[in-house]
Amino acid sequence: MKAHAQRLIAARLGLALLTLLIVSAIVFGLTGLLPGDAAQQALGQAATPELVAALRHQFGLDQPALTRYLHWLLHAATGNFGTSVSNNLPVSELIATRLPNSLVLAGLTTLVSVPLALAIGIFSAVFRGSLLDRALNVLTLSAVAVPEFLVATIAVLVFAVKLRWLPALSYLSEVDSFGTLLRIYAMPVMTLCCVIVAQMARMTRAAVLDQLSAPYVEMARLKGASPARIVLRHVLPNTIGPIANAVALSLSYLFGGVVIVESIFNYPGLASLMVDAVTNRDLPLVQGCVMVFCAAYLVLVLIADVCQIVSNPRLRQR
Amino acid sequence: MNRHATSHATTVLYATSESDERSVVDAVKEAPPQAPTPPRSPWRRLAGRLSVLGLIGLAIVVFWLGVAFIGPLVAPYKGGAITSTEIFGSYSAAHPLGTDFLGRDMLSRVLYGTQYTVGLALAATLLASGIGTFFGLLAAVSPRWFDEVLSRLFDALISIPSKVLALVVIAAYGSSVPMLITVAALAYIPGAFRISRSLAVNLMTLEYVQVARARGEGLFYIARVEVLPNMIHPMLADFGLRFVFIVLLLSGLSFLGLGVQPPNADWGSLVRENIGGLAEGAPAVLMPAVAIATLTIGVNLLIDSLRRHSGRAHGGGK
Repeated sequence: MKAHAQRLIAARLGLALLTLLIVSAIVFGLTGLLPGDAAQQALGQAATPELVAALRHQFGLDQPALTRYLHWLLHAATGNFGTSVSNNLPVSELIATRLPNSLVLAGLTTLVSVPLALAIGIFSAVFRGSLLDRALNVLTLSAVAVPEFLVATIAVLVFAVKLRWLPALSYLSEVDSFGTLLRIYAMPVMTLCCVIVAQMARMTRAAVLDQLSAPYVEMARLKGASPARIVLRHVLPNTIGPIANAVALSLSYLFGGVVIVESIFNYPGLASLMVDAVTNRDLPLVQGCVMVFCAAYLVLVLIADVCQIVSNPRLRQR
Repeated sequence: MNRHATSHATTVLYATSESDERSVVDAVKEAPPQAPTPPRSPWRRLAGRLSVLGLIGLAIVVFWLGVAFIGPLVAPYKGGAITSTEIFGSYSAAHPLGTDFLGRDMLSRVLYGTQYTVGLALAATLLASGIGTFFGLLAAVSPRWFDEVLSRLFDALISIPSKVLALVVIAAYGSSVPMLITVAALAYIPGAFRISRSLAVNLMTLEYVQVARARGEGLFYIARVEVLPNMIHPMLADFGLRFVFIVLLLSGLSFLGLGVQPPNADWGSLVRENIGGLAEGAPAVLMPAVAIATLTIGVNLLIDSLRRHSGRAHGGGK
């Protein structure tokens, strides 16, 4: 009977959509309700009261807030976030040119960080209390606490300035071979991995430890199963849910991390687009970027939820 | 009212704090059974509960808190005074931490910056934890529908990555000291809400709360007298972690040039200002970065050690 699981997944999907709707209201409330600012700003020095009023009418700023929100929401739902104030290009077009770059960066980071974090987490859980575990604990604890820009600056200092192995800035137009690709992505990915691996490893360790104390593990041990078999065959399938959650949550942290990393390495992704938009106070562009970030976050959480439901036989076959 | 934290469909929509919560539970489980220590003065008891690493953390935290209060008094030069003709100078007797990109004394800059980094983060954390705990308690004692509305709202807020949320608010309202405190608090209220709500909901099911209910106590009384005192300890640990996240968020914003504005500077802006000295390995760029790292790692070590031993301090915890 899969109906139960399907219903659960459908409920999660509905919840995610509801959350996205509330997020859109919050974002619009924070940015869209500033009286007259956009018109004032577009005119700059030339702002006379009449001109501002005319422009406000043109932007639709003289309408009630709810009308404006619904108008904005309907357009946003079709992917139309309006026009960028600073360069008059459609926001969706700007986002479309930058999004693939960010996805590549996030994808590469995931590929590197997830196996590494799982290995660290499982090892320190299995060898709990050992010197290795305690060393890893302090190491991950410190890595979580260090700001990305510090990791990035040290990486630049060591690998770009002192050793001259890697370029300090990411020029994607120069990518012509696999070698240059590696060289360009090495430092941004390394920086992002630092924090995420630490976080994921700590959560994985907690999840595995939680299962290791369960009665069925003792049973397996009494049965004479080898430690490796216990972990791989008995414990891991039971931790898929929590680990999927941990991975999704850590990867969502990536969205914060890319803000710093893309700016430092001058990487042409979505986050650096957003930082520029904030600096120019280009609100339509900011709104568009936030909605993309939040949608991505919700998709990640949804995938983790589905993993959790699908990996749990009790939820699957009832 | 038989609500349980895990009965909530969206407990997963939950950034870093879930791991924190889990590791609180984890730490309680892990605490080795030990004989209760004889009563001593509170300071001695605190010191006795900490591991060596925890003591190091405590020393670092006390040091930086002290510097935040008396920093400007002990600084060798006035904060913005240009005192040397040498830019990016190295360590010397007159300038123990070298000079910055304008020839200002770096030691004084860091001492003055401590106020901003520690002070802003402390204020924002107090706000975030206070408001989060308030709403968490409120949700736990309120009728189901109100709890549901609050939870949905904070779930939506949590799905905007903190740095992205901060960027949105700064794009709309500009960057100033009160704005920075507000935005950092806003970004971390949902996390505090989740933790305090799940703690309070669990406490609400305990017998002594049922007894208080049966006695006919008001909800406000139950929240204040029965529930709140029992969640103070985990909330304090959470307070420390939230402080670390907020320090990282604010210095990240300052590093992007969107945080504390010149001529004032927190540690993040000091790194940004002096990034030009990176190529020569100037202390001007290294020292503020080291300051941030020591503060955040110090707080983390302290809390990690407190949690590991909290089981012992509270008679076994479980």
